[in-house]
Amino acid sequence: MELKGRKISSGVAEGEALVTSQPISFYGGVDADKGIVVEKGHELEGKSIAGKILVFPNGKGSTVGSYSLYRMKKNGVAPAAMVNRECEPIVAVGAIISSIPLVDQLEQDPLQAIKTGQRVKVDGTGAKVVL
Amino acid sequence: MKLTKEEQDMLAGKHGNAAKKSMEILVALGEIYGAENMIPVFSVQIAGVSYHNLGDAGLDYLEELSRDGKVRVLTTLNPAGMDLEDWRKLGISEDFAAKQLKVVDAFSKMGVIPSCTCTPYFVGNLPRFGEHIAWSESSAVCFANSVLGARTNREGGPSALAAALTGRTPNYGMHLDKNRQPQAIIKVKPKLKTVPDFGELGYAIGKKIGNKIPFITGVKSANTEQLKSFCASIATYGGTALFHIKGITPERVKKPAGEAVEINSGDLEAARAAMNDDCVPDFVSLGCPHASLNELRRIAELLKGKKVAVETWIAVARPVKELADKAGYSGAIEDAGAKLACDTCMVVAPLKGRFKCMATDSAKACFYARGTNNFKVRIGTVEQCIKAAVSGKWS
Repeated sequence: MELKGRKISSGVAEGEALVTSQPISFYGGVDADKGIVVEKGHELEGKSIAGKILVFPNGKGSTVGSYSLYRMKKNGVAPAAMVNRECEPIVAVGAIISSIPLVDQLEQDPLQAIKTGQRVKVDGTGAKVVL
Repeated sequence: MKLTKEEQDMLAGKHGNAAKKSMEILVALGEIYGAENMIPVFSVQIAGVSYHNLGDAGLDYLEELSRDGKVRVLTTLNPAGMDLEDWRKLGISEDFAAKQLKVVDAFSKMGVIPSCTCTPYFVGNLPRFGEHIAWSESSAVCFANSVLGARTNREGGPSALAAALTGRTPNYGMHLDKNRQPQAIIKVKPKLKTVPDFGELGYAIGKKIGNKIPFITGVKSANTEQLKSFCASIATYGGTALFHIKGITPERVKKPAGEAVEINSGDLEAARAAMNDDCVPDFVSLGCPHASLNELRRIAELLKGKKVAVETWIAVARPVKELADKAGYSGAIEDAGAKLACDTCMVVAPLKGRFKCMATDSAKACFYARGTNNFKVRIGTVEQCIKAAVSGKWS
């Protein structure tokens, strides 16, 4: 199945989906050296986002979050690609400066359409997601 | 988005990698927020300077951009994590200092002026009414929009840098008339006299209406220092980018329809209580946002011939301090044992655990002292703070 969306950050990546219904703060909420979610009480607390297709509604928190994504990329623990319901500037800027493909505003709600563990291809350049 | 030929060339990489990356960021933001075009900016203020917040990743990013990036407009810098010259006097480690200097070097290489202040409007980055700018630093954004009447969104560090390296910002949000209209009426009942009074008002409004644009009535007068503190407070507690005060701020807007939200003396007392812990200050911190010459004049007057009993910092932009040196204010302050901290402040310096209880006249400083540094706080007038610095007691 192919879902069309909006391109935020270009590039193509494929991997295993990790889906959460909760917003993510990349500054303070994720350990940028290990790629593990550390926010207390978060659905993904203790889970690794490294190499995953990270599917979440939107970002939250400090503007330093953009740099945190960049740091994860440099450390080799960033998500392979991201899908948002509705992207906001912190994650958008983080994805662009880190060259992580990112698509949002899919034809269907990605939190429903995509299941954790599913094989997903994110085509940022072509503004689509292939399941 | 409609881009000019030059903007398309930047996006295609014809002006180098830094301009390309920057234009990609700006186009993505423009598309997210439905901007139709880019607009030239008069100036930029960049936040995200402290190595404490950036880490090695942020430093890597800045060094990568500095390989071929050059700013196209007047660009100033937010405070760093330390005094860039006298960092030893503030107890900063060698390792931290080395990294912090690299961050500032990367910015300088791109042509950013290492002003390292949150009050760019005191050191020559002064946009006129109606001018488009791209600033980060929430207090300065609020001051530029509200007090000066310039136009900027609340930029983050990377998007402000992108605006500097291209001279452009996407045309949305605060750049458009329709988004600058007030959304709530605030009627202030008590008479405001001091800087912390204005900080408490910012807290009270921020808690009541969040980031809506307020139309504020009932404030009879306000000087620059009071407005500076109010901007910092309402941006911290409400996320506010713009406010209008009838008879004080320059933009002519219509009073919105609807009931006024009243701020009475009880609201200000509640704000003060919320920002006062039961503690005896072992640290006094003034200059949040960075102190004006007039504030330094007053502090020098209060400290003349006295000695401080607890660690006392007054954060200030370096050029303002240099004028204070000539005016004799710095001498009076330093002779009393207080420190003038240039280029930095207590919000961004690595101070966690160094003090237990901080006294300040700034509502914004209270928030960050607690959240970032784990201090307890006391808010009071500059007179109360200096009294605490000298006596070691709070009254």
